[in-house]
Amino acid sequence: MTDATVISCRNVWKLYGPRPKPFLAALTPAASFQDIQKAGYIAAVRDVSLDIAKGEMLVVMGLSGSGKSTLVRCLSRLIDLTGGTVTVDGEDIAKMDERTLIDLRRRKMGMVFQSFGLLPHRTVLDNVAFPLEMRGQDRHDRRARALEVIELVGLKGREDYFPRELSGGQQQRVGIARSLAIEPDIWFLDEPFSALDPLIRREMQDEFLRLKRMLGKTSVFITHDFDEALRLADRIAIMKDGAIQQCDTPDQIVLNPATPYVAKFTEEIEKSRVIRARAMALPGAGEGQALAADATLHALARQIASDPRALIPVAETDGRLLGLLNRAAALDILFGATA
Amino acid sequence: MTGQRKGALALLTLAVVLALSRNFLPAGLMRPPEWLVWPFADWLNAAFSFCQNDLGLMAVTRFAASGIEFLLDVTGNLFYGKNRWPHLGPLPWTTFAITAGCVAYVLAGRRLALFSAGTFVWIAVMGQWEWAMQTLSVILIAAPITFVIGLGLGILAWRARWVERLLNPLLNIAQSLPQFAYMIPVVVFVGVGPKAGAITTIVFALPPMIRMTVLGLKKVPENVVESGLMSGASRWQMLVRVRLPTARNEILVGVNQVIMQCLAMVVLTSFIGMPGLGQKLLQLMQSLKIGLSFEIGVTIVLIAVTLDRISRAWAVQQPRHFERGTPWHQRNQVFVTWAGLMLLAFALASLNPWFSQIERSEALSVAKPIDAGVDILIRLIDPVSQWLRWFLITWVLIPFRDGLLWLPFTTVLCLLMSLGYSVGGPRSALVCLGFFGLIAMTGWWDRAMITVYTVIVSVTLAALMGFPLGIWGARSSTRAARVLLVCDTLQTFPSFIYLIPVIMLFGVNDVAVVGAVILFAAVPLVRYTIEGLRGVSAELVEAAAMSGADRRQLLWNVQLPMALPTIMVGVNQSAMFSLFMVIIAAFIGTQDLGQEMQRALSTTDVGKGLVLGLAVAFMGLMVDHLVTCWSETRTRSLGLDASKRV
Ligand SMILES: Nc1ncnc2c1ncn2[C@@H]1O[C@H](COP(=O)(O)OP(=O)(O)O)[C@@H](O)[C@H]1O
Ligand SMILES: [Mg+2]
Repeated sequence: MTDATVISCRNVWKLYGPRPKPFLAALTPAASFQDIQKAGYIAAVRDVSLDIAKGEMLVVMGLSGSGKSTLVRCLSRLIDLTGGTVTVDGEDIAKMDERTLIDLRRRKMGMVFQSFGLLPHRTVLDNVAFPLEMRGQDRHDRRARALEVIELVGLKGREDYFPRELSGGQQQRVGIARSLAIEPDIWFLDEPFSALDPLIRREMQDEFLRLKRMLGKTSVFITHDFDEALRLADRIAIMKDGAIQQCDTPDQIVLNPATPYVAKFTEEIEKSRVIRARAMALPGAGEGQALAADATLHALARQIASDPRALIPVAETDGRLLGLLNRAAALDILFGATA
Repeated sequence: MTGQRKGALALLTLAVVLALSRNFLPAGLMRPPEWLVWPFADWLNAAFSFCQNDLGLMAVTRFAASGIEFLLDVTGNLFYGKNRWPHLGPLPWTTFAITAGCVAYVLAGRRLALFSAGTFVWIAVMGQWEWAMQTLSVILIAAPITFVIGLGLGILAWRARWVERLLNPLLNIAQSLPQFAYMIPVVVFVGVGPKAGAITTIVFALPPMIRMTVLGLKKVPENVVESGLMSGASRWQMLVRVRLPTARNEILVGVNQVIMQCLAMVVLTSFIGMPGLGQKLLQLMQSLKIGLSFEIGVTIVLIAVTLDRISRAWAVQQPRHFERGTPWHQRNQVFVTWAGLMLLAFALASLNPWFSQIERSEALSVAKPIDAGVDILIRLIDPVSQWLRWFLITWVLIPFRDGLLWLPFTTVLCLLMSLGYSVGGPRSALVCLGFFGLIAMTGWWDRAMITVYTVIVSVTLAALMGFPLGIWGARSSTRAARVLLVCDTLQTFPSFIYLIPVIMLFGVNDVAVVGAVILFAAVPLVRYTIEGLRGVSAELVEAAAMSGADRRQLLWNVQLPMALPTIMVGVNQSAMFSLFMVIIAAFIGTQDLGQEMQRALSTTDVGKGLVLGLAVAFMGLMVDHLVTCWSETRTRSLGLDASKRV
């Protein structure tokens, strides 16, 4: 664990069933998801270890029922762990008493929910101000702050509307504004855009990227949509049956899938739009016109195709040389040839 | 399945054998033998007198009652000028009309405003002001107290599993105890009069409030709870700012039910000396003054509908928003108007006493024309109603009653067990035996059978009317909406009201009782038939129609089977309603448990009253058990979601 680690979980387990704790204690390490299921338990989260760095955006991705929501609820301690530890800023959250936990949520955490979780009897303004109200901020301050975040998410002018008077996209903006009201350090988003129409989802993702760049918060974003994960993530953790199959950068997941399951996910997508030149740079030195390390292969397609060299140098924006890119391999990816 | 059928058949055979060998049976199998009849009433009386005298509970209850009495004195003074603190009243009738109108306007708009104000104008103009105010002054105290206690107990039951486990069976019994059973202990512990009326009303109206609160709190969506938690709400904040407001729809439905139950009960508490509309109605009906009873009936119905609509509108009310910068008087326009009108009302009242109180001599009355009209009507349809009465009594009621009484009690028990067995296996058979066995042990077997007979006849006749009406009503959605509205309105009428038209037509006898019960019990049947039929998924109906089913086939093969579980909820409610109604109807002369309960009430025999009440409750609980059991199996076999049942 480095200084920059904000959330760290070690061997986190969450079992549902009649007596989960003794069951977990007696469990052999080799037990598979099916074994556990046969014993009458559901392994919603299975032996997950993760570190999330400050300012990082971790996307947790998996099919529905794979345990994503449960994992994030373990991180925020909305549910109690069956085994393992979760530390936030070095403090074990399982050991916190109720007051400390409430305090942690009031100061540090914000969460956005798939089905919004807005209070139906409160206006947009009062919904957004709710966390501030909970920590006893005075009326004028919280109004001012709420107006500020409402403007940030683009809902200015709708402060006095009730949730039922808003569209799905607008309601989720309220949810986002509410989670941001207390200026949290850690931001949890549980499938925030899944309930929205595809067009609005796209728009919200752009909006979200803007916010993310502006605020630079440590965030855990859950989705079951791989494209969404690729668009937003610094790192992606792919879950199946409660366990993390692979946790890596989008490039690496696409280039080097750790398991057949992960490979199946990456099959469908256009890899050249994901993989950046940096990820393919092999050690070595070269001369002449270099490729931009941060650009995707797709963006570099013309340059790669017209460059006659078998190994093309890749360089950072400041001109520092990173390595060499194998032209044939890049062309394979660009034209979708199966290796 | 086959084992179940075999068991049921065996029990049925046993029942038939017992019935056939009736003449040779020992007396102990004919009627409950002496050793089987236990003196429950004496035990209860001993327990009560222990609480009352030795534990000094009496002092406690009287003390609590004195608190309520103080509140009742305040409303009593304001509403009808009772000579108590604060010595301000009675307020002019116009102020009530204005206030009711304004409240209704805010909640539901102009139509309800006119209706509500009109109700009070009618009351005043018809010279019923004092009686109506006596009734209202109790309701307006009892309803809020019920609300607070019910909400509190509901929250407790939701918080602690053991409270819920403890309360659930109590609530089940409480909701199937007839109203009279509540009155006797109250009379013992607090005496008679308005305060006794208020307390009985509170106790009676409490269960639905508790139930709805628990339901509402349980239904708060998980994501709302989580978002509250993540906002850093403490436990108290979660309850007060997140859960209760989110559950407000269910809670307000509970409030609506409380108000309706209060009104129904306040009318009945005239039996324990509660003055007001109920007492007046009781007197008038006993002296067969149809026109005047009708007037009071209309008033009660108007009050019921007004209170119902206002509280319902409040329940579905959504908060409103005004553009920023709307001036105060515009945001509170109705309040300003109300204040102005109130000033006007007081001014008018000081100028002309007519605007303050309308004396009975100045009041209008439609009793004479109604009496005349009823006379003509009765003379016109007399042949029909006479024939109907004769037919029902000689060919239906008496034979059926005598038949039931003729059967050995062991036969009845075996029949019920057989029924239970076929519905839910050995467990249900034992439940049936338990409930009716206990009834046999109370020693009121014959009276209980008379109650059973009245209920069976009434529910059957009600079903003969209700099902076709429901099927007819479910044909189109507009018609369904209309019929449901009528049912809603009819269900707001206190049960007592149903006695007026039948006494008018049939006089005071068994036929009138059965008639009133039929009317009262048909309403839930119609309503749930419609809801069940309309609830059948459109896709299924279309699929059947595309398979070439005609209307009749569609109804019999698709819609009715799918709707049956819902319809059975109606049957259940209908049986419950008729039990209550049969007991209430006792005061127009029946020979069943109700009559004995009236006697217990007039001699304040707590033990006897409770035993009789429990006997009635057991009948209700048995029906409830059978119907629930049956429709659960049924729902499961249809693959419908059991949790969606009403
Ligand atoms: N309260 C619970 N009781 C029992 N099983 C649960 C509970 N919550 C979740 N599960 C199970 O845990 C698994 C993971 O659920 P979840 O974390 O909601 O998945 P996801 O968010 O990835 O769709 C599922 O199989 C689900 O059925
Ligand atoms: Mg989920």
